[in-house]
Amino acid sequence: MSAILELKGITKRFPGVLANDHIDLTLQAGEIHALLGENGAGKTTLMNILYGLYHPDEGQILVRGQQVRMESPSDAIRLGIGMVHQHFMLIPPFTVTENVMLGDETLRNGVFLDRETVAARIREISEQYGLQVDPHAYIRDLSVGVQQRVEILKILYRKADILILDEPTAVLTPEEVDDLFQVIRGLVARGVSVIFISHKLKEVMAIADRITVLRDGRVVGTTKPAETSVAALARMMVGREVILTVDKKPATPGEPVLQVSHLQVLDDRKQLAVNDVSFQVHAGEILGIAGVQGNGQTELVEALTGLRPIAGGKTFILGKETTHATPREILQRGVAHVPEDRQRDGLVLKYPVADNLILNTYYLSPFASNAQIHERAVLASAEELVERFDIRTPSVRTLTSNLSGGNQQKVIVAREFARPIKLLIASQPTRGLDVGSIEYIHQQLVNKRDQGVAVLLVSPELDEILSLSDRIAVMYRGRIMDILPADQVTVERLGLLMAGVQAS
Amino acid sequence: MADLGQLETRPTARAKPQPVRVSLARSALNALAVPVLALFSALVLSAFFILGSDPVVLTAYSHFFSAPGAALAISWKAVTDAYTALFIGSLGNPAQMADAVRVWITTGESKAMLTAFWPITESLVTSTPYIFAGLAVALGFKCGLFNIGAEGQIFIGAIVAAWVGYTFTGLPWIIHMPMTFLAGALGGAVWGGVPGWLKARTGAHEVINTMMLNYVAFRLSDYLLNGPMKRGGAAGYIPISRDIEPSAYFPKFFPDPIRLHMGFIVALGVAVLVWWFLWKTTWGFEIRTVGANPRAARYAGISVTRNFVLAMALSGALAAMAGAGEVMGVNHNLASAFSPGYGFDSIALALMGGSHPAGVVLAALLFGTLRNGATKMQSLAGIPIDIISIVQAFVIMFVAAPAIIRWIYRLKAEGGVEAIFTRGWGG
Repeated sequence: MSAILELKGITKRFPGVLANDHIDLTLQAGEIHALLGENGAGKTTLMNILYGLYHPDEGQILVRGQQVRMESPSDAIRLGIGMVHQHFMLIPPFTVTENVMLGDETLRNGVFLDRETVAARIREISEQYGLQVDPHAYIRDLSVGVQQRVEILKILYRKADILILDEPTAVLTPEEVDDLFQVIRGLVARGVSVIFISHKLKEVMAIADRITVLRDGRVVGTTKPAETSVAALARMMVGREVILTVDKKPATPGEPVLQVSHLQVLDDRKQLAVNDVSFQVHAGEILGIAGVQGNGQTELVEALTGLRPIAGGKTFILGKETTHATPREILQRGVAHVPEDRQRDGLVLKYPVADNLILNTYYLSPFASNAQIHERAVLASAEELVERFDIRTPSVRTLTSNLSGGNQQKVIVAREFARPIKLLIASQPTRGLDVGSIEYIHQQLVNKRDQGVAVLLVSPELDEILSLSDRIAVMYRGRIMDILPADQVTVERLGLLMAGVQAS
Repeated sequence: MADLGQLETRPTARAKPQPVRVSLARSALNALAVPVLALFSALVLSAFFILGSDPVVLTAYSHFFSAPGAALAISWKAVTDAYTALFIGSLGNPAQMADAVRVWITTGESKAMLTAFWPITESLVTSTPYIFAGLAVALGFKCGLFNIGAEGQIFIGAIVAAWVGYTFTGLPWIIHMPMTFLAGALGGAVWGGVPGWLKARTGAHEVINTMMLNYVAFRLSDYLLNGPMKRGGAAGYIPISRDIEPSAYFPKFFPDPIRLHMGFIVALGVAVLVWWFLWKTTWGFEIRTVGANPRAARYAGISVTRNFVLAMALSGALAAMAGAGEVMGVNHNLASAFSPGYGFDSIALALMGGSHPAGVVLAALLFGTLRNGATKMQSLAGIPIDIISIVQAFVIMFVAAPAIIRWIYRLKAEGGVEAIFTRGWGG
């Protein structure tokens, strides 16, 4: 094996932050090298350096033994380095062929796009690497998993043989992750070398040949899956012992807090997204709603929180009907809502942290009286919440957009958990967060349950559902397949229900 | 490869995120840098248009190769003459002003003062409607709404104020004056509120509806001035309304020829009020939240539609204050085409002021000064008044595309650095 790519002593400083501190990394030809680290550990900075977007302050980059200097991504591509970003760079109304040739167009007679030649080449690459991509399909018609393969195809088409995948599984369903891993193994078998960036321990253990762990801009160490364990990796990544399983006592359920009967909700296209759903959530228990994303969970949560009209059926909170209540009326019944998409729904990113901490309580005492906002009370409460929920921010006046994803989520958690609540509806509360943040938020959810709050947890992550829930409901195509006590289910049983297979 | 036990003990020098102190003065300077440099660049660029519009300069350039020095000298003179005239016309002649102050101190004679300070007070008079209308557009922006109907709302404000001003007679000024002003504002609130209501109810875009209501307002004013409101009845001579009662005047602060009136002070007061409303009240919080992220506003229990209507009505009221102020402080009647497009300029002005009341006031002062100086520039230096429109256009283009200004003057972008101030947690 020979090194195809070497980073030596790469250092990158930003004002106030040492993002990369003398990083050494060697990518062998034909290996899958995982780069593991929490958000903010310096992974993305390092990859941006490797992709020509940043210049290192110190250090060398060697490609195939030659020292190189990259001024832009086009230099990187010329050197055979391609990157698949977490957010795809595809144009939905264009075909696969058009997207692949974009920026590197093949012309016929010097004027016309030569789609046929490119399509033929795409078909060839697709077959060679087992990508199964139809060159004439429109991007908008493709599933996320296939779109990702188009991104990979774009890179292979440009004859790159060093592939950087930035958090590639963040947007995929479990089956799509399996498919992706198969594709990656196929690529490596044909001589491509892969850098796999992730903060998900199990995935890294499953796919990587070698794992390099970054923390605080430094390489903590390099290891192999066979020589380490998930727990050891977590410890390296976080820098302390991490409790991966949630420690919780058996639930002591009380009165029903949320009652849902025969609920029907339409989605944006006026199709029935929630179909005749009934369940109850009791005080002091966590009801987990499992299911592959897009099976009506989003619409269900929006309906329960008053953000989406209810087409049929009824909802009750603490015995009072809330079927047609406004979001504010529901909030005032003691409901907290951690929304699925925190940046879109839960925060105003250009507000200071302090303002986001009162986003839905700004009109209540002590923050306001007679329509006047009392800035001192707002700031004092913000200071206290930042302290209590350990929100890492330079100040409560810092714009929320400048916080990391985990800290943004903590702002929402602080706001929703700090007031007296009876019902907590948490939708994907740990989406995109790192291990430390996930651990923290899970603990907070269990604490709320132990305080007698009814918790409805919606998550496509089976691990999360299994480790937190007292009862588990599985949603499939808008219906609840079954509701089971958590201690009586197996992963296999859940998997079948999530796929729509009813137990015999 | 090192073993794991060893790695764990490796100390991690984790820097706790340091609060970044940026002094208020520095951030203010930063906020001003782009507009000020934009103005400077616009003046430089417009100089070329001044040269192009001057026949003497053009003739000199036809002999450029035989006498390049002369051509350049003439160019320099043309530009400096024009901008000197602009400066004197808008702010006054510093020497004359100093003289006048000396005369006033030594002899108590204030006549020279009135003449010397007339230009700058005229600039403030012109700035007054700009402040109101700029605040109107800025408040709309804060709610995510684009009110391009300020011009029409100005006309409605002027129509209502004029009618209330001359219809009610015998009232004491302490009642009549505020009543006239507020009636005008109320008219604008209705005129602006309608497109807001249409948007909330039907989703009809406010840009279309405010634009269309502009035409309705213009033609309504034409109709009224040629009929019901015409001076001397239907047989009157010119399309102009009766004069309003003196009890509805905005009082003037100085004797003639200085026209500076109370409307300017009211405008500054309203700017403070708008700031207080937007940043210190729950209503303002709701409007800003809807403007910044309507989905988050809905999540927070804020009625998006209600705030659309409210913001448009308030925006209309503010714009209408510009019209009422002109009637009450300057013209004392309603004439057709009394506004040279304050409402349209105010869109640009609100952009330049960053939709912040303080920024709007500064931008309004600048626009008022430029407009006022342009007249002088035309009479003294023979430069067409339209050059000022070109200056304004360039200012707006540069402000709208701050990247150009940052690039030309090598300014550091703000925010870019901040993005990495905070880091992951749990480590």
